Formats: sequence, structure tokens, C-alpha cells
Amino acid sequence: MNFELSKEQLMIKKMVKDFAENVIQPRAIEIDKEAKFPIDIFDQLGELGILGIPFPEEYGGSGGDTLSYALAVEEIGSVCGSTGLSYAAAVSLGASPIYYFGTEKQKKAFLTPLAQGKALGSFGLTEPNAGSDAGGTKTTAKLEGDEYIINGEKCFITNASFAKTLIVTAVTGKNEKGKNIISAIIVPTDTKGVKITSNYDKMGVRGSDTAEIVLDQVRVPKENLLGDPEKGFKQFLYTLDGGRISIAALGVGIAQASLEKALNYAKERKQFGQSISNFQSIQFKLADMAMEVELSRNMVHKAAWLKDNDKPFSKEAAYAKLFASETASRAANQAIQIHGGYGYMREYEVERYLRDAKLLEIGEGTSEIQRLVIARQLGC
Amino acid sequence: MNIYVLLKKTFDTEEKINVSHGQIEDDGAEFIINPYDEYAVEEAINQRDEHGGEVTVVTIGDEDSEKQLRTALAMGADKAVLINTEDDLESGDQYTTAKILEAFFEDKEADLILAGNVAIDEASGQVGPRLAEALGIPYVTTITSLKIDGEVVNIEKDVEGDVEIIETSLPVLVTCQQGLNEPRYPSLPGIMKAKKKPLEELEIDDLDLDEDDVEPKTKTIDIFLPPEKEAGRVLEGELNEQVVELVSLLKNESKVL
Repeated sequence: MNFELSKEQLMIKKMVKDFAENVIQPRAIEIDKEAKFPIDIFDQLGELGILGIPFPEEYGGSGGDTLSYALAVEEIGSVCGSTGLSYAAAVSLGASPIYYFGTEKQKKAFLTPLAQGKALGSFGLTEPNAGSDAGGTKTTAKLEGDEYIINGEKCFITNASFAKTLIVTAVTGKNEKGKNIISAIIVPTDTKGVKITSNYDKMGVRGSDTAEIVLDQVRVPKENLLGDPEKGFKQFLYTLDGGRISIAALGVGIAQASLEKALNYAKERKQFGQSISNFQSIQFKLADMAMEVELSRNMVHKAAWLKDNDKPFSKEAAYAKLFASETASRAANQAIQIHGGYGYMREYEVERYLRDAKLLEIGEGTSEIQRLVIARQLGC
Repeated sequence: MNIYVLLKKTFDTEEKINVSHGQIEDDGAEFIINPYDEYAVEEAINQRDEHGGEVTVVTIGDEDSEKQLRTALAMGADKAVLINTEDDLESGDQYTTAKILEAFFEDKEADLILAGNVAIDEASGQVGPRLAEALGIPYVTTITSLKIDGEVVNIEKDVEGDVEIIETSLPVLVTCQQGLNEPRYPSLPGIMKAKKKPLEELEIDDLDLDEDDVEPKTKTIDIFLPPEKEAGRVLEGELNEQVVELVSLLKNESKVL
């Protein structure tokens, strides 16, 4: 057993922390308030190789591991949930499926620019009537000659307005039992018939781009099919398992930030002639927050370690995502409480943490879905 | 060009520092590259990129100093040397450091040596100048610009907010001041490559030095934290009474008038 991070992991953590504090933190309030996707920050993340952490150098990546990537998500998430979410989605959902399931040619063509940070990718799974129930997917892809013709509608897709490539799930046929076969197909966003609009007015992670995609007679070459045509469903379950680690890391970041803000405020704020951190009611809140942050982080690190060591990690990723996202909401809520009236004000940032944290209990599988995933792993 | 950077590991003065029994407690302190040395690393990399050659980063420290050296390698330095004094020396001062570095540079052909202006922990600013003296080469401290053209070196030096323009020649030692450049973040590929770059570890024995040769010339008697800032005082009463009270306090209590 060894709980120590490697030198590279420590250096990556420190570098991302410095970048997050110096470049992202000063703009976090504005990013939220104006709900504007900070594309220039993503250019810089790309230049520093942060968008390519878990991919090998041959595909333009940095050759890091899942744990390093999780550390980076935590650090970015601790200063800005919007940037953290878009970062996590770009890597885990936009780029990773191509790395996991793509052919050599697809990796060279589509993964390289994403790993180098020269472009962003999106993952289009959710539809108006299909989210966690991926079987309800209505989008279709019909093979005609050498091309797939795709028709359908996707919603709540992170980063799509700024993406160069989309991976969309679509029904490509029926199996012998008459059930839909769902496949994943790579669609460049400049393909004719792809319409992306982002009109959502969100509660939190407001600076993260969220878009709607309409696919109308979209033609892509049949070699854009990603991975095994019969196993599209399994593939995106694996992708989501990986994504959950990063959402959990984002939760740890928000929870850690909530704890730090609350602790600093409690030490400074004086009432009845003393710091409110002397009061047990405040101390108990802080103690619970600190404990839950550490437990969440340990679970994230364990899930990442399992993935890096090619061991099964679905259950642990679900534990991490469920616990860390709920920890983030609780910690942010308590941070507001400790701040009192000030905490309700945008300037003090903790109110934003709560709005951002709420998304983590919903996106990439709700907390309820995480419990189902865990229960299934238990054999229910 | 053979470029060397003198780098020191310091504790992060922005984090909480605990002192007990006249010693700074290492446990829990965050260690970083001395920020002024980051300017030196950045400048070394820029000069190498412009003129060719190699950047070697040298530190005197302990096993943990490897982390700071690896960070410099991740920024773009080519080689690193750790002179590990953990087992040999109990204490040291600027004399010790300069003496060890002198022995290290004895058989090196350095064209340019860069160091930080001061280290943020002890802030003596002595090691660079002492080393240059020992090596018999020119030195310029607190530089904010460095232009090298052949053997000619043009330097701008910060003199209490004004600029002094100096011309000198290689080899030269300079110490770097804020404003010289903007140190880069080590990139991710840089961090991953850093572990494959050479890092040589030496002990003072390897430099033909004994503990006695480098015995410090000074002794630290005590280390203590500055007194905590006390709460301010709000004067009350009529305005003219307040003025009288303020003047009297400034005169008698704080003795600034």
C-alpha cells in the first residue's frame, strides 16, 4: 500500500494549481456571471498539454495517467466549476472514446488535435427522450453505400458549440432479438446538416458551453463508425465509467474550495467577541466537510488507480461520483451557511459553488443512477 | 554556450510557517523553487534557445530537492546536479554554499551563471557575488535585461527603481530580479520528459571537500516570527480632542514624532 503521489503527479498538480490560481481564478466570477465559455483559457490549457494528460505522446498527448488527470480536474474545479466541467467533458467524453475504441487511423486524424489541445471534442449521447435510458435513443444512422446518413436530435451536450468533432450515438439496426443496436459515430461539426445551438440558461456551470444538436441528413463516411458496431452500448458505458472519475474529481475540487473558504471566513469573522471558528456548531460543520472531502478524494484516487492498472473500476467510479458530488453540494451549502448573509452574495463565491455542485449530482448519470450501478455490481 | 543556474529550494512564504526552538519546522511547510531563481531558469532557457548550448541547474540541498530540480527540467533545462549535503553537513551559511559551488565549478567551463537576486527565506543575496569573486569572473546583481552578442554582454540592472546600463563580457555571473522575464509553467509533456533527463547526485566528498573546509562563518542565534499585528484603535470624542490624543499617542507611545 502506498498513498504517496509520484513526483510527476505532484509536479502536474502544482503546475495546474498555479495556472488555475493565476489565470482562471481571477475570472471565475465573470465567467459565471456572463455565462461565457472561456475559449482562450482552453487554448492555454491546450498549449500546456493539460488537455492531453491521459493520452500517449504518439497521439499528441502528454503521456500521463488517469490519476494525474483527476488531480488536474480537481485543481481546475476548485477555482472554477464551469472551466472544470468543460475540461473534464473535453477529455473524458470528447477525446477518450476515440482513444479507447478508435482505429489507428481515427486516432491519428481525430484524437491528435484534441490531445494537443488544438480542438475540442463533444460526446452526444443525451436526447430529449434518452439520457440514462440510452436504449431510448431515437437518432438513427442508416448505411447507404459508403456513408452513414444520420438523423436525430441531441440535447445538453457539453462544449458542442466549440467542438470540432462530435461522437454521436445512433441506432444502426436491430439485433436478432429485435432490440436496437446502438453505435457511436464520429461526426466533424462542419459536416453539412449539423446544426448546433446553445440557448440554455443554466443554474450553474454557466460558463461551460451546453448545446443542442440537430442532425438533418448528415452524411459521414462509414469508416467514421467508432469501435465495434454491435457494442456501442457497452462502449459508452465504459466511457461513462471513466467520465465519472473526472466528475468526482470536480466534486472534490468544489468541496475543497468550499472548505477553504468557510475555514478562512470562520477564523476571521468575529461575533460575540471571538472568531466564530471557536463555536462548536461551526467546528462540527468544518470537521464534517474536511472529513468528507478527504474521503471523496481517496475514493477518486482509488478509482483512478484501478483504471490505470487495468482493473475493473465501474463500482468504484460510481462510489466516487456519487459521494464526491453529494459532498460538493453539502460542503458548498454549509460554506454558505457559515458565511451567513455574505455567503448569499456572488462576491463571496460560495453561492456559485452550490449552483455548480448541483450539476454534478445530475450530469453523467444522476445520483440515483449511480446507486443503481452500484446495486447491480452487488448482484441485485 | 554553457549555462548554469544556481537554484535554491525554499519554503513557500505564502503558506503558514511554524517556528519552534529557533528552527523552522519542515513538517507541513510547502517547498518551492525560490521565486527569483525561477527568473534565472527562464532566462537560461531563453538564452540557450537564442544562442544554443546547454542549461544545467545546480542545487545544494537534500534528497527532497530533486522535486525542484525536476521542475526546472520540466520547464526546459537540460541537466540537473544535486549536491546532497544532508548526511555531511549539520549547518551551513553563505560561505558554505559559495565554497561548495566554487569546488563544483572548478573544472567546469561556464560561460554564463545565473542565480536569483536573493532567496526569499534568508535573503542574503551573497552566494552569487561570492561565487563570482571566487571564480574570478565579473558579476552583476539584480538584472532586468540581458543581451549577449558574441562575448559582449549588455545588462540592465535595477538600482532602487532606476536602471543602470552595464556592459561586460563572458563569462559572467548575474543575479535575476523581478521584471527580467515571466517564468513559464512547466508544460505537461515537459513534466513527463523531465524524468528522463539526467540528474547527477554528488556529495561534498566527490568535490574533494571536507566538512571543515566549508564550516560556516556565522552562527544563527535565533529565528522568530514577526509579532502578530494587533487590532487598531478607534479614537472617540470631539474631533479636536481626537487630534490632540492622536498627536500625543504618536509622540509618546509610538514615538514617531
